[in-house]
Formats: sequence, structure tokens, C-alpha cells
Amino acid sequence: MELFDNLATGFGVAFTFQNLIYCLIGCILGTLIGVLPGIGPVATIAMLLPATYALPPVAALIMLAGIYYGAQYGGSTTAILVNLPGESSSVVTVIDGYQMARKGRAGPALAAAGLGSFFAGCVGTLILAAFAPPLTEVAFKFGPAEYFSLMVLGLIGAVVLASGSLLKAVAMIVLGLLMGLVGTDVNSGVARYSFDIPELTDGINFVVIAMGVFGYGEIIANLSKPEEDREVFTAKVQGLFPTKEDFKRMIPAVLRGTALGSALGILPGGGALLAAFAAYTIEKKTKLQPGEVPFGKGNIRGVAAPESANNAGAQTSFIPLLTLGIPPNAVMALMVGAMTIHNIQPGPQVMTSNPELFWGLIASMWLGNAMLIILNLPLIGMWIKLLTVPYRWLFPSIVLFCAVGVYGTNNNTFDVWLVGIFGFIGYVFHKLGTEPAPLLLGFILGPMMEENLRRALLLSRGDWSVFVTRPISAGLLAAAVLLLIIVLLPAVKNKREEAFVED
Amino acid sequence: MKIKSQKDFFSGLMFMGVGVAFAVGATTYNVGSGARMGPGYFPLILGILLAILGGAIVFYSTVVESADGDKIGKWAWKPLFFILASNFAFGVLLAGLPSFGVPAMGLIVAIYALVFIASLAGDTFNAKEVFILATILAVGSYVAFVWALKLQFPVWPSFISG
Repeated sequence: MELFDNLATGFGVAFTFQNLIYCLIGCILGTLIGVLPGIGPVATIAMLLPATYALPPVAALIMLAGIYYGAQYGGSTTAILVNLPGESSSVVTVIDGYQMARKGRAGPALAAAGLGSFFAGCVGTLILAAFAPPLTEVAFKFGPAEYFSLMVLGLIGAVVLASGSLLKAVAMIVLGLLMGLVGTDVNSGVARYSFDIPELTDGINFVVIAMGVFGYGEIIANLSKPEEDREVFTAKVQGLFPTKEDFKRMIPAVLRGTALGSALGILPGGGALLAAFAAYTIEKKTKLQPGEVPFGKGNIRGVAAPESANNAGAQTSFIPLLTLGIPPNAVMALMVGAMTIHNIQPGPQVMTSNPELFWGLIASMWLGNAMLIILNLPLIGMWIKLLTVPYRWLFPSIVLFCAVGVYGTNNNTFDVWLVGIFGFIGYVFHKLGTEPAPLLLGFILGPMMEENLRRALLLSRGDWSVFVTRPISAGLLAAAVLLLIIVLLPAVKNKREEAFVED
Repeated sequence: MKIKSQKDFFSGLMFMGVGVAFAVGATTYNVGSGARMGPGYFPLILGILLAILGGAIVFYSTVVESADGDKIGKWAWKPLFFILASNFAFGVLLAGLPSFGVPAMGLIVAIYALVFIASLAGDTFNAKEVFILATILAVGSYVAFVWALKLQFPVWPSFISG
């Protein structure tokens, strides 16, 4: 079986002492930062990215993958214990998880989230390993027109599935695309929108945008809220293991969540949030067994299903990135940036030109999941301690990490000025209720889109109909239009708005 | 005309403004044609698109009813000022401003300044506590970034280290 040969290659790479250590460090750091309230995976990865600059590419990506899983897991811990979702996809976990914690069942809730995520992660990794090679074959058939249409679909998908106001999210994407164009145009050599500032001719560093908008912007927004009394369930976490009864309820929920998450995660637009919502809705629709706690009052299925879906989706969302080079969400956009820093151009060629990296990364994803479960269940007490660190110590430290990280990227003070400006912009976005994640996605895709559009139109001699006359491209665009129409249908629209009310 | 969602109204205005600015900027470059796209072609399209989207958002904000007017609310000037000030102070102190004759003070001094200024953004400020926090962060950063990761930072003031 080719699949197993490939996985063997991957595990050969991942199981070196050095890479295991980096994976472990990544998981620990990711959990450490991710568990802090109000810091989602995007901010965590952006903050920790500079720590991987000095590493060889394979090790750096393995560590980043570890950070990503750690951050996700840390986020669910915070959601369950503090009633604060660190990221949008754990919004539904909060509903039943927090109620379980209030009843002194934080242990089983955390274990359900952990075990469910681990199982989902294993399945997701297998799917990724199985589907990546055939998809890569398809990717090689893609011309510039197909790539352009795929990016359109991906961007539309991202906002349709994962944002509140549709129009504003689309506008944020376009704004991101425009910001991505700042700097020297590769074709003509003209420095665009650089205002004769030499540092800007290289374009805006994406770490600067990520840290400014997600790091500083969020901190300022957090500080402006009055300090509310947060209930933290530190003392009550005992009896970690779920009972037999719990297992019986949770296993089918985990299976359903995993299936949903794997399927939705592959979609361009990365449906981790949608997967979590859908998984929760399905659980809620199934009949309650006798003696079961109702949903919203601390039902273990309400934790296990969305967490599994979320994690499976996180795993399979690597598929479009690794096979097509197109990031389906903001986290993957950061991964693209990280790869570029290490001189790897993400896309179908990675698998052939860099098989150790490709399969090593996939193997390390499984390893990362395994490490998390080993690491987190026994150490849960320590992570909880972290939750009691007061915010007044936390935010200066975060500001410092951002500032050091930004300076360390290029050893350039100009980036420090820029991150301050983006911090301000991030706060403005927050005030105006516009979500910054689509901006980051657009920013990464901007130059790629322009290049593919240029090539497609060059080949067609300026004829725009090329996008609809080539069948694959037309299909992708039709899918994008279909997505938009579905969302705008009155029935779906109301349901969708209902679902986002909880944000 | 009545603004029914303040957030949407002003974000729409912002998108319109930025879109127009990018589009006008794009016309100063060679726009070219579809078959031979110049550097201004794609930004011009996107700028116009953004302005249209902004216009649509403004339009809807005056038509679609929202529950409480969707007010923007008060600006948090204090955290905004201190967080950004701490960031800029860090940059100035770390590497100096050669064009203004400000010498580089290095990482350690910059960390103390950043932590102190940033802490002013919070509700409470306890100098002793902040000093301890800054010391921990300074030592930690030195170990993590300079010693372990070997990132290139000016660590000490330039007049000491030469």
C-alpha cells in the first residue's frame, strides 16, 4: 500500500529525537499561550512564529503544527472552565462545557474534549494522508484560470461559513487583497503604494498585520471592557475520568462529530466553525436517552461532538493548503507565511520535491495529537493555574512578545512602527464590528490572485470569458455563486444569523 | 436619512474611502489592458469593488433596522494610547533613531520601558509589581531570544557595548 509506505516515510522523519522534541515544545507552548483567555490560535501562532525562525524547515513546520494543536486544545480548556471561547469554533463547546464545570464535572468535560479531539485527529490525519496524493494529481492539471476561480471560491467560502455580516466580510477580503499588493510588482518592478519608503517596497510583512490586528487590537479591546468577575473553576477539577455512562453517550457523538468535521474541513473556506455548529445541532436533534441531562445544562455529548468536529476539520483543512497551496482560513494563511519564510512555496509541488517534509508534517500531526492527550490530561491542573494569572500581568507580556517577535523577523524597527499602526487599525476594526480574519486571508492570497489572473488573461488574450469556458474553472465559480445564493436565501439567512448571535 | 446601524455606516464609509484611495493610487501606475495587465490593473479593479461594497454597506445601514442602533460606543483612549506608546517606546529604545540622533539603548532597557508604559493601560498600577514583572520578562527574553534562539538584538545601550 502506497499510503502506508508514505506514512512510514513520514514517521521516519517525525520520529527523530530532534523533531519529537520540537513537536513537544510546540504543543506545550501552544497550550500555554492558547489557554490564556482571549487569545485564539491565530494570535498564538503569530506570537510564537519567530521562535521557529532559527530551526530547519521540517522542524519549524512540525513545531508550528504542534503549536496549532496546542492552541486549539488550550482554547477548549478555557472555554470549558472560564466560559470564554478563545476562538469562534469553541463557541458551542462553551454552552454545555461550562455547565458541566459548574456542576463539578469539569474533569469529564475536559477529558471528553481531549479524547474526542484525539480520535478526530487520528481520523483526520488518515484522511489527509489518503486524499492528498490524488488531489495533488488534480492540482497539476490546474491552469491559472482554475487557480483564480479556486481562490475566489475559497475566499467566498471562508466568509460564507465563518463570519457574521457577509458584506462586511467580503469588503474585508478585498481590503486584504489590496494590502497584499503593497510593494514591488513582480512583473513590472513598480513599487506600488510604498510612498517612497524603502521598507515598504518589500511589501507589508504578514506577521506585522497578524500581530497588530490580532495581538494589539484585541488587547486594547479587552482592556476597554470593565473587569468582570470571572468564575474560574480551579478547585473543583477532580475525578478527571468520564464514567462508563459518559463513555456510552460520548462515543456515538464523537463519531458523528468526526465524520462531519472531516467532510466540512476539506471545503475551501475551512468549515471548522460550521462543523462545530452543525455537530452540536445534530446532537441536539437526536433524542435524549432516559436519565440524560438536557442540552444546555451540561450534556457531555454537547462537548464531545463539537470538539471532535472542530479538530477533525482543523486536520482536513490542511488538505487544500498542502495540495493546492491555498490557505482555507486565517491559521492556514499564517502557515503559508511560515513556509514562505523557510523558502517553501506551498502547493502541489511540495509533495514531489519535498516528500520528507510533506509526510513528516502529516506524521507529526498525529504525533502532536497524541502528545497533547498525554500532556494535557495529567497536566490539566497546571493549565488551570495559568487561568488564574491576572490580566494585568498578561497583557504587558503579550505586547512584549509581539514587539520582540516583529522586530526579530527582519531586525527592522520600521516593522515595529507598522505593528503599532496596525494595532490601531485592529482596534478600529473591533469598534466597527468588522472581523479581521478574512483580511488576513485576502492579504496572503492577494499577490497569488493577481499573478494567476494576469497569466489567465494573458493566455486568453484579455478575454474574461476564459473563466467560464474552461469547465473546471466554471464549476468552481458556479460553486462560489451557489454558496452565496444559498446563504442569501431567506430561510438559511435567518438560521445563520441565529447561529452567529452567540458570538 | 437615518443611520440605523452606526457600526455598519462608518465601516462602510471607511471601505469607500480606502477603496477610492487605492483606485486613485492605481491610476498613477500603468493600468494596461486585460491581455497585458499593468501594475495598476488589479488594484484599480479591487479599489472600485471595495468602494462599491462600502457604498452597499452604508446603504444597508440606513435601511435595515437593528435592535439598539448598533452604536460604536466610547473609544478606549487610555489603553489605546498606552499600548501603542509602549510599542513605539520599545522600538525607539531598542534600536535608537539614528536620523534624530537617539542612541540605541538595547533590549533590556526597552523591555523595562515597554512593560511600565503598557501597564499604565490597565485599571490598576502597582510600581513594585510591574518592576518584578519587567525583570522576569527581561531575564526570560534574554534567555529565550538572545541566548537560546540567537536572534540578533542590540542587548545593551550602544554607549556601553560600543
